[in-house]
Amino acid sequence: MTNEQIAQDLVAKFGEDKIYGIMENYGLLNVTTSVDTIVPLLHYLYQHPTFKFQFLTDLAGIHFPDAVGQEFGVIYHLHSLENNVRLIIKLYVPLESPKVPTITGLYATANWMEREAFDFYGIIFEGHPNLIRILNVEDMDYHPMRKEYPMEDATRQDKIDALFGR
Amino acid sequence: MSDVALVSSPNVGIAKSGENKKYVNELTTLNLGPTHPATHGIFQNILTMDGETIIDSEQTVGYIHRAFEKIAERRPFYQITTLTDRMNYCSSPINNMGWHMTVEKLLGIEVPKRAQYMRVIMMELARIADHIICNSVLAVDTGAMTGFLYVMQWREHIYEIYEELCGARLTTNMGRFGGMERDFSAEAIRKIKHFLSEFPKGLREFESLVKRNRIFMDRTTGVGAISSERALNYGFTGPNLRATGVDYDVRVMNPYSSYEDFEFEIPVGTTGDTYDRFLVRGEEMWQSLRIIQQAMDNLPEGPYHADAPHYYLPPKQEVYNNMEALIYHFKIVMGEIDAPVGEVYHSVEGGNGELGFYLVSDGGRTPYRLKFRRPCFIYYQAFPEMIKGSTLSDAIITMSSMNVIAGELDT
Repeated sequence: MTNEQIAQDLVAKFGEDKIYGIMENYGLLNVTTSVDTIVPLLHYLYQHPTFKFQFLTDLAGIHFPDAVGQEFGVIYHLHSLENNVRLIIKLYVPLESPKVPTITGLYATANWMEREAFDFYGIIFEGHPNLIRILNVEDMDYHPMRKEYPMEDATRQDKIDALFGR
Repeated sequence: MSDVALVSSPNVGIAKSGENKKYVNELTTLNLGPTHPATHGIFQNILTMDGETIIDSEQTVGYIHRAFEKIAERRPFYQITTLTDRMNYCSSPINNMGWHMTVEKLLGIEVPKRAQYMRVIMMELARIADHIICNSVLAVDTGAMTGFLYVMQWREHIYEIYEELCGARLTTNMGRFGGMERDFSAEAIRKIKHFLSEFPKGLREFESLVKRNRIFMDRTTGVGAISSERALNYGFTGPNLRATGVDYDVRVMNPYSSYEDFEFEIPVGTTGDTYDRFLVRGEEMWQSLRIIQQAMDNLPEGPYHADAPHYYLPPKQEVYNNMEALIYHFKIVMGEIDAPVGEVYHSVEGGNGELGFYLVSDGGRTPYRLKFRRPCFIYYQAFPEMIKGSTLSDAIITMSSMNVIAGELDT
């Protein structure tokens, strides 16, 4: 079971318009999919008789402010423990409606991971049982990992980026 | 929270005998934490109790959230090592080296064999330090203080070895991209050998106090059990997953840093309860000792770091006397070296599970995005399910045996 086989199987099953951006990063297969495909795709991979991607290693949010219409990304790290193969699935959603269907129905572990992505990026996981902030305080009115929020106080004069090579 | 629904539920408390009728439907909300001696860290459990039985619980985490992922987007790679120290602070060398290996993967640096073996030795020492704390504190939470005091001196010996290698004890910042910052000194080798010869006695003494202790076994057997299917669905890794019978260990599945050279076994449990977690950790310490012994016996000669002048700080003596070394020193310290564009995921077997680093680099001096896969954060969400229907005292030892480290939970 090689990365090529997995990619070919997924393209054959879901079509080239749903599975794209296939590449290998340091031996790790990356595919990109669309928002409406993610749940059937993860179910398919979970129930596949040979692939058996039944372990969700991690779920990460990411923000690309310059990619118009694809500002937010969600990155799913899957692991097939039986075959010892890892797979990364990405999807992108626009800033205006950053809505992604939840996968807590398939993976119980996605609960806190999705809450974390919501907390830091404001990605809405539709159907999540308890989508509230997890690490930040509940009355916070912004999502701090978005790129427009500077880490340091922007009004300070002594921390000019040019002086620090940034 | 669902306590409103629970209070109004007509079935709650019905099974109580006749004389308790007037207490039917009276539920208590109990705050366990955020600062409570038994949580070993700052996180809150809001328990809904029916008498002594836990009906529901809700976790509040984030009390020591320090925004490491955001800070990392602002820092050059070498400054992020100090952030990883402060995640699982019981085994910081593993975090440091996991991060170094992630960056080496991105940069394509080949680490010499001696440095890899040195890393293995330090990582296994860190694993022992992590597991003796977890196991002995579990004994403390069941009421046995003695064992904890006995094994503390062995953690002290491990910290002295850290000191020999990097000068620090808890937040080690050990190693560099490309290897270690200094070779084992004669004193370090003496201390490691002393540890290897003496620690088995200490561990055996601890085990003779606790392992087959009837009271301890009664207290922990069958408590906080989870099936392997639920554990996998909850993303368990590390000793907690292995206690349920799944032999997943990153050191064997995706060997890094020459782990494939060593012979060791993966202990697994059967029922996934507190006692199994205790036994798995106990046996893992013996296996770690085996690995350290093999690495010390076969420690290769050669350089202890890779030839990567763009990322590896030159020795101080050269900085003062050599123009190139001075330039590299300046460029590294000021973070003026751009990393290549790329995405890399690397994971190591941390003290309590698969510790992963997902690094997205856009070619700048800092990561574009860095996601830490913290095993604690992921498996702690199973805690309500594991303690449902048990008593408060069982919940405390379940939490203790899960080895939840607040620093890692909250980054």
